[in-house]
Amino acid sequence: MPVPASRPYRDLKRAIRPGDWLTMLAAVAVILVLFESLWLGETASKVQIRAGNQIHSTLSINQQRVVEVPGPLGITTVVIDHGKARVASDPGARQYCVKQGWLDQAGQVAMCLPNQVSVELLGSRKIHDSLNY
Amino acid sequence: MTEKPGHILQASADDHRIAKLAAIAIGLHLIEAVLPSPLPGVKPGIANIVTLYVLYKFGIGTAAWVSLLRVFAGSLLLGHMLSPTFVLSLSGAIASLLVLFFAIRLPHRWFGPVSLSILAAFAHIGGQLLLVWLWLIPHAGLAYLTPLFALAALVFGIINGLVTARLLSQTDGQRQ
Repeated sequence: MPVPASRPYRDLKRAIRPGDWLTMLAAVAVILVLFESLWLGETASKVQIRAGNQIHSTLSINQQRVVEVPGPLGITTVVIDHGKARVASDPGARQYCVKQGWLDQAGQVAMCLPNQVSVELLGSRKIHDSLNY
Repeated sequence: MTEKPGHILQASADDHRIAKLAAIAIGLHLIEAVLPSPLPGVKPGIANIVTLYVLYKFGIGTAAWVSLLRVFAGSLLLGHMLSPTFVLSLSGAIASLLVLFFAIRLPHRWFGPVSLSILAAFAHIGGQLLLVWLWLIPHAGLAYLTPLFALAALVFGIINGLVTARLLSQTDGQRQ
C-alpha cells in the first residue's frame, strides 16, 4: 500500500479541527475541577472545641489565640495560629492529641480522651468523618 | 442475516465485515491486556480506534456490533466472562457508544475524530467509575483516583483520535 510521504505538521493540523481544540479545552477544565475538588481538601474556617459533652467554644481559625480548656484532669491548652490549630499541652498520660501536631484541613480532629477535650476544624460545610459513623 | 430453507445460515457481506473488524479489535484488546499498567483501570484503549474508525466508515450500528463483540469475545479469551472485569468493560463500552451515538451528529467540519475519541474515553471511564461506585466499592477513596482516570482519558483519547484521523485520511486517499 503506497503511503504518502509523512508531513507530520500538516497532517496534525488537518487531523485536529477547530472544535477539537474546544473539546480538549473543556476536558482540561473538567480535569482541573476534578483535581481541585477531589484532591485539595477544604481549608478550615472555624475551630470547635468540646469539653465533656458540651461545646466549649467555636472560634475563627484566622487569629492568634491560646485557649485554656478545663477538663476532669486539668487544663488542656489549645493554640490557634492563623489557619491552623493544635493542642499544645494536655494532662493526659499518652499525649496522643499533642503529638498529632498542627491541624489545618476541615474535618481534622484532635482528641484528648482522658481529659474529655476535642478540637475539630470546621469548613463551610460539615463533611463526614469517622466520628459521625 | 438470512435463514434459508434447510436451516443453512448464510452470512451477509455485512456479517463478514463486522467479523473482520471485530477480530482486529479483539486482537488489539488482547495485546493491551498484557501491557503493564501503573494503575488498575488506566489503559490506552487502543481497541477503541477500531470502534471510531468503524463509526466513521460504516455508522453507529456496525460500530456497536464491533465494540460489543470485542467485549464479549475478549472476555471469553481472557477468562473474564461474567466477572466484574467483564461487567466493567461492558459498561464502559455501552457508555462510550451512547456518547458516540450523539457525538457523530456534531458538525464534521468542526469536530473530528479527536473530539469523538476524547468524549468516548471520558464516557468510558465515567460509565466504569459509576458502576464501581454503585456496585463494587462505594468508598470515598475512589474519588481520589477519579482525576487521574480523567487525565489518562484525555491523553489516550487524543492519541487514539489522532491515530483514527490518520487511518481515515489514508483509506480516503486510497479511494481517490
